[in-house]
Amino acid sequence: MTTRALVEIKDLNFSYDERPILKGINMTMPRGKVIAIMGGSGCGKTTLLRLIGGTVTPSSGYVKVDNQIVHELGRNKLFSLRRKMSMLFQFGALFTDLSVFDNIAFQMREHTDLPESVIRDLVFMKLHAVGLRGAHNLMPAELSGGMARRVALARSIALDPMLVMYDEPFAGLDPISLSVIGNLIRRLTEALGMTSILVTHDVHESLKIVDYVYFISEGVIAAEGTPSEVRESVSPFVHQFIHSEVDGPVPFHYPAEKYATDLNLENRFA
Amino acid sequence: MPRRIVISIRGVGHRVIDSVWRLGYAARFFSLILLKSGTSIRRFGLIIRELYFTGVLTMIIILVSGLFVGMVLGLQGYETLQKYGAETAVGTLVALSLVRELGPVVAALLFASRAGSAITAEIGLMKATEQLEAMGMMAVDPIARVVAPRFWAGVISMPLLAAMFSAMGIFGGYLVAVVLIGVDEGSFWSQMQSAVDFRFDIVNGIIKTCVFGVAITAIAVFEGYDAQPTAEGVSGATTRTVVTSALVILGLDFVLTSFMFRGVG
Repeated sequence: MTTRALVEIKDLNFSYDERPILKGINMTMPRGKVIAIMGGSGCGKTTLLRLIGGTVTPSSGYVKVDNQIVHELGRNKLFSLRRKMSMLFQFGALFTDLSVFDNIAFQMREHTDLPESVIRDLVFMKLHAVGLRGAHNLMPAELSGGMARRVALARSIALDPMLVMYDEPFAGLDPISLSVIGNLIRRLTEALGMTSILVTHDVHESLKIVDYVYFISEGVIAAEGTPSEVRESVSPFVHQFIHSEVDGPVPFHYPAEKYATDLNLENRFA
Repeated sequence: MPRRIVISIRGVGHRVIDSVWRLGYAARFFSLILLKSGTSIRRFGLIIRELYFTGVLTMIIILVSGLFVGMVLGLQGYETLQKYGAETAVGTLVALSLVRELGPVVAALLFASRAGSAITAEIGLMKATEQLEAMGMMAVDPIARVVAPRFWAGVISMPLLAAMFSAMGIFGGYLVAVVLIGVDEGSFWSQMQSAVDFRFDIVNGIIKTCVFGVAITAIAVFEGYDAQPTAEGVSGATTRTVVTSALVILGLDFVLTSFMFRGVG
């Protein structure tokens, strides 16, 4: 992973109040690749995306995107960096008061002076890429979960960004929509020459399409490697994660008192 | 015992600090809206779209309520005034009550319930469904793009709606007093015309509605933007908008009235 890096994360620490979420994270994400960040719920994956996007500030360390340290940028510079990146939110985050067409045209209208006829052509091209040209008149409430995710994907590539971040792009999708989204992410990354960062739980779908994987557990990188390295990993955490085992380094039970104590058995039979 | 006292004093302290902090946050948010209103002014279409939702869609409740309030005023006014043989002054009573007090206050209460709650719920839900964050990630400022147009649309709508409320109320009073009861039409209108002063009554009423408009929409957008991004959070924020707006309207009305009409009598 030593090609020209688009995203570089160095000794990154982040805490909510006093609670540490990320502890000493180091990552390098080269241009033109699909990188997955995996880990259990609440391990800080989405926070990492927010740190890359500059919506939260690290406690220490830094995130560098396109050679700029994100948290040191002023508002204008941060906004101009954000124009070159985009994020696909877990449930799409489509603007519910705008039609599918207007959702995709939103950034073009906000950030460019393109004439409406050009915007129309661009929107249709983006929608065609995700197979939803025929749905341009629909409102977000009329879309299925899979369609909404594809529209959000089309919106995230509206301005041909250099970096797209996907927050749980496979969550809640049926198997067909799931592989449609997976294929689209891979295909669009290659076609547009962008870099994709996927935050996901879905091991099987993501290992099919990514170039490199980071596993995060309890705020640190537990393992990393290419999909084939990861599949053969002997790390107990990676093994448990990939094979969906109920118990292992990530325990089934939330920390609690002894079971017998909670059931008051100790006093009863004492 | 002393420990309990310390805990309760600490609790009061926390609440006071929280309230002061929230007030400061609200003031900062309000100044941000004003600072970031440039986009709304340059792209007036954004405000016009919101004017439809906050203004036009609130018209029906304002017009119907105005009509009924005016009709009730006509009935009650006639009932009392006829005892003194002054039933022709019913027009004056209806007009002054509406233009000075009931028009601005009742219209503002209705506006807070209909439009204020809708603004809070919409912004709160946009936050809960990550639409505001998505907008920020697209390098579009949600305060400039979502909050400011709604704020200005509310500020513009409120005086117009209150004027419609008063006009409809006067028409309601006319219907009851002149058409239904038979008070002399000429006296009804001429007494009203001579008693209602443009500067003293109408302009003061307009000032009140402008102040209420700013207060209600500022509360509504703030509560929406500050809502917890959950179903419970949005419902709580919507309730707070209606309750806080109602209290602020009544409180401000007293303050404004005491400044405006202090010389009366």
